[in-house]
Formats: sequence, C-alpha cells, structure tokens
Amino acid sequence: MIALPPSFDANLAIDIGLLLMLLAIAGAIVRTRSLLAAIILFSIYSLVSAVWLVVMDAADVAFTEAVVGAGVSTIVLLGAILLTRGEAEKPDWRRLIAPALVCMLVGGLLVYAAMGLPALGDAASPANAYVGRAYLQQTPNDIGIPNVVTAVLSSYRGFDTLGETTVIFAAGVGVALMLGFGPRASLAPPPASVGDQHVVLRVAAKLLIPLIALYALYVQFHGDLGAGGGFQAGVIMAAAIILHALVFGLRETMAAVPPKVARSVAALGVLLFAGVGVVCLMNGGGFLDYDYLFAPSVEKQIPGWLLGDPDHAHHWGQHFGILTIEFGVLLTVSAVMVTIFYGFAGRTVDVARDEARR
Amino acid sequence: MSFILSHLNYIAVTALMMAGLFIVFSSGNLIKRMIGLAIFQTSTGLFYISLGKVSGGTAAIAVDAASPEGKALAAQVDPAYIAQYGVDGVVYSNPLPHVLILTAIVVGVATLAVGLAIAVRVREAFGTVEADEIEVLSRVESTQQGPQA
Repeated sequence: MIALPPSFDANLAIDIGLLLMLLAIAGAIVRTRSLLAAIILFSIYSLVSAVWLVVMDAADVAFTEAVVGAGVSTIVLLGAILLTRGEAEKPDWRRLIAPALVCMLVGGLLVYAAMGLPALGDAASPANAYVGRAYLQQTPNDIGIPNVVTAVLSSYRGFDTLGETTVIFAAGVGVALMLGFGPRASLAPPPASVGDQHVVLRVAAKLLIPLIALYALYVQFHGDLGAGGGFQAGVIMAAAIILHALVFGLRETMAAVPPKVARSVAALGVLLFAGVGVVCLMNGGGFLDYDYLFAPSVEKQIPGWLLGDPDHAHHWGQHFGILTIEFGVLLTVSAVMVTIFYGFAGRTVDVARDEARR
Repeated sequence: MSFILSHLNYIAVTALMMAGLFIVFSSGNLIKRMIGLAIFQTSTGLFYISLGKVSGGTAAIAVDAASPEGKALAAQVDPAYIAQYGVDGVVYSNPLPHVLILTAIVVGVATLAVGLAIAVRVREAFGTVEADEIEVLSRVESTQQGPQA
C-alpha cells in the first residue's frame, strides 16, 4: 500500500477524480468523429470543470464556466453545426504523427517546466504572497464589499474589465457583420399544429422564463456579497431569451426583443461603463476611481445608515460605482449573446430556404 | 509521491492543453478545431486557478471571523500551515487568477462565436468546412479565374 502524505485529504481526492474525468472526456473528444457528440462532450467537460473550480475555491469562475461553457457555448456550437452539417472526416493516420509528436514535445517541455512551480496550495508562492494577498487585505478598507473577486474585477481592475466588455461588444459586432442581425427574409408564421405538440414545453417555459430572468437579477445585485456579478447575470438573462426563442420560435422572440433593441443595448452597456469612468474624471478622480463618483457636496448629504453601517459611508461611491458598471456589463453581455444567437438562428432559416430551393 | 501529488494538477492541465492542441492540429474540420481551441483555452484557465489555490483556504468572499461560519472555516486550516505562514483566522484563496479567468471565459465564448461565424461563412462559400477540401476548391477556383483576370 502506498503511504499517503499528510497533506492528502478529501479535497485532493476529489481533485484527482475530477481531473481524471476531464482527461477521459478530452480523450473522447479527440477520438470522436461525430461533431454532435464532440459538442455534447464539450458541454459535459465544461460542467465537470465547473465542479473542479469549486474544489479550487473559485466559486465565481465556476459559476461563469457552468453558465457559459455548458450553456451558451453549447448553443452557439449547435447553431454552427446546424448551419454546416456533416461529420468530421476521418484523417489519415500518417497525418496524425507530426501533430502527435509536436504535442508530446510541447507537453513534455511544459511538464518539465511545471516541476519547478510551487506546490499546489502553497500560500508563500509568488503568485499568492504579494498582489493577491494585498487585494484580500485592503478590500475591506478600500472597497468595503465582502466579495473580493467582484472588488478586484470592477474596482481595482475596472479598466481591465472595461476592455473585456469592449472585446465582447466587438465580438458581437463581428458576428453580426458576418451573419447578419437575424433572418434576411421575413419569417413565416409557424403552422398552427406545431404549438399543440409542445404544450408541456410551452407551459414549462412560460413558468421558467420569468424565474430565470429574476434569478439573473439576483445574481447581478448579489454580486457584491457572494458569487455572481454582471458577466454571469448577463449570460443567464440571455439564456432566458434564448429559451423563449427555442420554445416559442424565433419570430415571437424577435417581436419581444427586436434585434435593433439587442444591438442598441449592447452599445449602451459599454457606454454606461465608460460613462461612470468619465464622471469620476470630472469629479477630480482617476478614470473609474469610484471614490470620486459623487461630488463632495453630494456625498456629504448621503446618510451613513443607508449602507447599514455608519462607518462605511465613505464606501458609498464604490458601492454605486460597482453596481452601475456591473449593470453595464449585464446589458452588454446579455445583448451580445442574444445578438449572436439571432445571427446563427437567422441563418438557419436562410439555409433551410436555400436548400429547399435547390 | 508527495511531490507528484502536489504537482499533479499541472501535469493533468498540461495533458488537457495538449489534447486541445492536438485537435487543432490534426482535425481538418473547422468546427472541431474550434472545440479544440476552446479546450485549450479552458485548460489555461484551470492552470491559473491551480496556481491561486491556497490549501485550507476558501473562496475569496469575506466571512466574519467571529461568526460560527468563520470559526468553522478557521478550524479547517491546518495547524502546521498556521505555524509556517503565521496566518490566523480564515484563509482565502488568491482572488486575482479568479478575476482574470472569469472575464476570459466570457470573452472566450464571444470569440468562439466569431470563429464559428467565420466557419459558417466558409461553408456558404465552399459548401464544406473541411480544411483539405477548401484548399482544393480554392486552388481550382484560382486556376479558373487566373487567365480571365
């Protein structure tokens, strides 16, 4: 029997188990030729890695991975195979030798380099000892919210997050430019008989969609206190709209949330985020320095009890700044996801029509 | 044995990364390549998160050390660990990698969508998303159009 080191605990056992599952799923994705199977396996891969992220204490990341990886990525990939069809061709085994050698070489070098890294869970490692610890120690004083991840994301590194929100917006614009904002031809109304077949789905969806939207808002406004925030909430909100489209048809959803609204809201979110930064600038602070969100004369009027604790009145600007920019992130992320979905779903209609014409 | 266990995450993450890279290299199908790229990207995230883990730690959401939850979490921290690093009370994992990877995941799905949109347009232009067939078709096209132009 192998003598286990004293540091071996249940967490490490779960860690190893989940890593083995991830490796098995990745191996299955390498082997499979069916694109549908690869996509479903990738969805499972995301879900398992979300569980693994919880073991690694990354609650916020796990949340995002579960929503994005297992949810939206799968929908986008399924939309893409609907439009492209077919199976991956079986490659000639001789053509796999060179890639396999390169991967083994690179992997070997990386593992060799990784041997010099600090052990898993080392609190004194350079990554954990300096800037990470400083954020943990100074957040109660500087920002005054319990969730340090949200504090770093939206306040300390707010400029970084503004850049990422802009990248998401740009990606939405890119997809819209390539695939359009929706179907080019006007959608035909669905045949009357279709609705009756999906009555259970419709009733269930009607019940679920408001709850999903409400949950998104909870995740949004609870982001300061626990795991959550604008990115996760945005994707959940988009999931509610996409579910509506899957059950009631694209035509109904486009009547409820027109593509024009979606793309305007996407731009509005980035504008709101950057606007908060500009307001801070105008009040004499740095860009996105929320301590200057309110002019001093305004801030004096704010009673301390509004935040529950009179001592934390000076965090008023931080609280409102973070809530506002997170709301901007919610708007951009949800609207971009919906725009992307409209782009892919709209093409599906076109492709079906083109093939019917042929 | 202890050394391997403490570096196991890095080895496993490298293997996942290479699985993604292998799919990108070996598959001619553009959609499958995008899946490989997504696996590669996810594994990079897992690597970052591994580096930010602090043993005995919890998610970086502040807990009142005097509350029952705070006391229960502080009790989980290994005494030897406290003796070595001199931390008292609740220990948190490093929040910085979490922030970086959280945004990277959402940006990742947006860029995945852009890649897939390109694949969709490629299929509309060539009728296939297999890289080899596209290469042949574009070569045929260029030789046909060459003399006219």
